[in-house]
Amino acid sequence: MSTEKRRVVITGAGLITAVANDLASNWDALLSGISGTDTITSFDPSRLEVRLAAEVKNFDPADYLDKKEVRRTDRFCQFALVAAAEALRTAGLGESPDVESDRFGVITGSGIGGIGTLEQQHLVYLEKGPDRVSPFFVPMFIADMAPGLISMKYGAKGPNYSTQSACASSAHAIGNAFKLIQRGIADVIISGGTESSVTPLTMAGFASMKALSSRNDEPEKASRPFDANRDGFVLGEGGGLVVLEALEHARARGAPIMAEVVGYGLTADAHHMTAPAPEGEGAQRAMRQALEDGGLQPEDIDYINAHGTSTPFNDLSETQAIKKVFGDHAHELVVSSTKSMTGHTLGAAGGVEGVICTLVVKEGKIPPTINFSEPDPDCDLNYSFNEATERPVELALSNSFGFGGHNVTLAIKRWEE
Amino acid sequence: MADIESRVRDIIVTELGVEPSKVTPEASFVEDLGADSLDTVELVMAFEEEFGIEIPDEDAEKMETVGDAIKYLTEKEGA
Repeated sequence: MSTEKRRVVITGAGLITAVANDLASNWDALLSGISGTDTITSFDPSRLEVRLAAEVKNFDPADYLDKKEVRRTDRFCQFALVAAAEALRTAGLGESPDVESDRFGVITGSGIGGIGTLEQQHLVYLEKGPDRVSPFFVPMFIADMAPGLISMKYGAKGPNYSTQSACASSAHAIGNAFKLIQRGIADVIISGGTESSVTPLTMAGFASMKALSSRNDEPEKASRPFDANRDGFVLGEGGGLVVLEALEHARARGAPIMAEVVGYGLTADAHHMTAPAPEGEGAQRAMRQALEDGGLQPEDIDYINAHGTSTPFNDLSETQAIKKVFGDHAHELVVSSTKSMTGHTLGAAGGVEGVICTLVVKEGKIPPTINFSEPDPDCDLNYSFNEATERPVELALSNSFGFGGHNVTLAIKRWEE
Repeated sequence: MADIESRVRDIIVTELGVEPSKVTPEASFVEDLGADSLDTVELVMAFEEEFGIEIPDEDAEKMETVGDAIKYLTEKEGA
């Protein structure tokens, strides 16, 4: 292994969220400011206190996978397989990637895994007994089956695992993949995250924590990051994957280059199970680390895709953290929370937002933070409220913070030769 | 008899996600219908559920083809 740092680029991306089921449609919807939140339709939510979520719509796995794959995979793995196929296609690697197999990895994150399968099989256990629990229960439930299945489909025999750090899971995945390629351990890694946990038990659990918005009567307005009347996050689902590749490898095969990953910061709050540290102290250190890792100055950053969950605590402490790290420049850069549209995809968020940051630097367009109606005096940055912003973005940061006090910041740079 | 056979075939088509035309009496679950160890466990559970019986592991292991399953379940149903 060489100690020299190799450059790492993003050559492909795949995205499925509550606003659209492919990359191009997501980008259009996000720039238009479309909300993906609505009343829950995948099950009857009438018993729940919170009955809204940002569900992926019109998704029939049989459109993408064969019958057998559909039967033996949880929805979170189906999202991963669909996004991986799109990421490889856009990277020009197709269905049979021409990559040396043991230099070809898959590292994805999921905060929870196949909890829909868990709930269903637990019902089987209670109603029919232990002998009726499916042999597919465990393989469908475990979070690492997402990278496992992707490796099987594409013959990727290099580094392969799942990261788990709640809502920072897939940001850790991308960061780790970046470091492995940078250090020469792999040449190509499919990375990002996937989550599908809009289920009765998950909804009940987050509602019980008072973490969710309960705006049941106008669900499309429930996710309103940085607005004075925000009252919690909206549970989302989806998958966002990128193809990370050593620059030299991408060049050798004439690959389309979308963006470059240049920095990774990762810290812990060591403070509380669910509340962020005062003034986002851990988040500050994650952002500083990512800057340092990329050899960047605060003034270099044009855009921050915020964790921006729409909870009173997160949006305040993240704003404070940004001001601490960036000083006066905090008011020059643009911050936006695409969770206002996609909902909070938990462990997939870092992947989804990593893909979005890739498109931001590539296209010079910043998706808005929708649903703003009343200023919060403590949230006083430029959040691109309600309207997309067009401006060249040389460098973007993506923040992801997880329950447990995990903080990750990724730095993504516009591609230039 | 035909009724049991068609129920068995329907279960196999559903559980293994295969074309009905491939589910012939001679077809081997593993060799011809692409079943792996997890599929075979689930298949046997589906037979148990459909016919309301218990299939001991030693009997399940002997069921290698579609015909084996039809014969076994027909005998069980007749019993």
